[in-house]
Amino acid sequence: MPAKLRLDQVSMSFPTPNGVFAALSPVSLNIEQGRFVSLIGPSGCGKSTIFNIVAGLLEPSGGRVLIDGADATGTIGRVGYMLQKDLLLPWRTVLDNVILGMEIQGVALRAARERALPLLQRYGLSGFEYLYPNALSGGMRQRAALLRTLLFDTDIILLDEPFGALDAQTKLQMQEWLLGLWSDFGKTVVFVTHDVEEAIYLSDEVHVMATRPGRIIESIAVPIPRPRSRSATLTPEFTAIKQRCLALLTAGHDAALGEAA
Amino acid sequence: MTVQDTSRAGGGLDLSRTGSAPAVRQQKAARRLPVQKDWPLWAIVAAQIGIFAGLIALWELAADAGLIDGFFWSKPSAVYATLIKFFTEGNAWIDISFTFRETIIGFLIGTTCGSLLGLSFWWSRNYAAIVQPYVICFETLPKLALAPLVILVFGIGLASKIAIATALTLVVSTLTTYAGVKAVDPDQERLFYSLGATRLQVFRKLVVPFCLPWIISVLRVNIGLALTGAVVGEFIAAQHGLGRQILYAGETYDIALVWVAVLVLSTLAVIMYAAVSWLESVLRKGVKQ
Repeated sequence: MPAKLRLDQVSMSFPTPNGVFAALSPVSLNIEQGRFVSLIGPSGCGKSTIFNIVAGLLEPSGGRVLIDGADATGTIGRVGYMLQKDLLLPWRTVLDNVILGMEIQGVALRAARERALPLLQRYGLSGFEYLYPNALSGGMRQRAALLRTLLFDTDIILLDEPFGALDAQTKLQMQEWLLGLWSDFGKTVVFVTHDVEEAIYLSDEVHVMATRPGRIIESIAVPIPRPRSRSATLTPEFTAIKQRCLALLTAGHDAALGEAA
Repeated sequence: MTVQDTSRAGGGLDLSRTGSAPAVRQQKAARRLPVQKDWPLWAIVAAQIGIFAGLIALWELAADAGLIDGFFWSKPSAVYATLIKFFTEGNAWIDISFTFRETIIGFLIGTTCGSLLGLSFWWSRNYAAIVQPYVICFETLPKLALAPLVILVFGIGLASKIAIATALTLVVSTLTTYAGVKAVDPDQERLFYSLGATRLQVFRKLVVPFCLPWIISVLRVNIGLALTGAVVGEFIAAQHGLGRQILYAGETYDIALVWVAVLVLSTLAVIMYAAVSWLESVLRKGVKQ
């Protein structure tokens, strides 16, 4: 069986006055169906570039993106993409925001709403369906944005630091919520975060990236069995992975500093 | 009172503790937040009416006493008499109807076309870049200075006034709507495209609803501009209209009639402004839902 999502030597470079800037040196990645995979790395390591390329919003300088073994480079509407900002439309109710993807795909409004309503109720937005986004807290808005991504009905979803702007308490709640959603829907998730612990806790695999040029320096499997409890984060196994990630990130950071100096 | 007592006690305490500068401390503690009391609405309205009535009375008395020249300034009683005559004997309703139609039609054409033009800039950055200098030129151009030319081209009837009112409102709507178009969040657009949207879908579901508040925000400005355009057009050449009435009255030294026409014009302006404000609030509610 071919990988669900495959990056084949994908690279990105821009011409600048000082020569060609490599935002992303060739990156290859295989992600299997139903996996939860995280990318971590410092700012400017090309995480968002990878997402934009996979979502078809950016044409890579080289390489291909394969979905289910077929070339999907530069095609939009193949993956669900959630940006850091929730980007809910203020003039639409939560319900009508959530169905945006289906609406764009041509699903009739009534059918789309009928599909979305039970999900809103099941995933913690019951009572908010007909409110406008400005009446919602950050966590609730993020839930709505995630449901919008899920209801877009693609097998792959890309989450770009979805919980980056939330407070610590809400973040933990949202992680559990996301894991629940993921096990219910069985989607393939690619997750970008700055938070090492979050990446390990949620993922089956963590890919650590470095900057100048953006690249993956190590891929680490997380063999902690699911469902995971919070106490899993205190096990020696978890701590070992975390330390490995932190060491890689610090090394990359120091290397970048050394290069700059 | 109790607060003052406490502060005094506090001052005494400070004295015993630090033994220095008690006077300064006490003064500091005694200062209160300045509070402005709101008058009841009736008092505000009464004051407003009182000032108006006072000014009218002063005007009348000053004219009677010869302090101001009644010939140039007229006086309230004469204005009132002329007002009655204007509505009973004159062509008041014809004049009002002309000015009203010129304003409304110019307002509608200018606002609609301006908004559409502004929205159209979203479709192509190249097209926007090419057309923009022309729009800016047209904005900075003193359009009223071109009014005589417009009269020559469109004649002395309704069309020329509508054209001037349109010209004044069009640019404001265009530029404001274009500002809205430029304020559309690029990330928002990327979200739409990531969902597989076509350009038409982005336009209809994102750009237009996003720009609506911008479009609505110029309605009140535009109704005033449209009225200005219509009246200036009438000043230059017209057979009917309140602007023409004002000019005619001035030329014949009928100062009371000037005041009457200005008064009627102001009333018309207030009514149209109120109507547009109402329209705006209705539209805003509509946009939210």
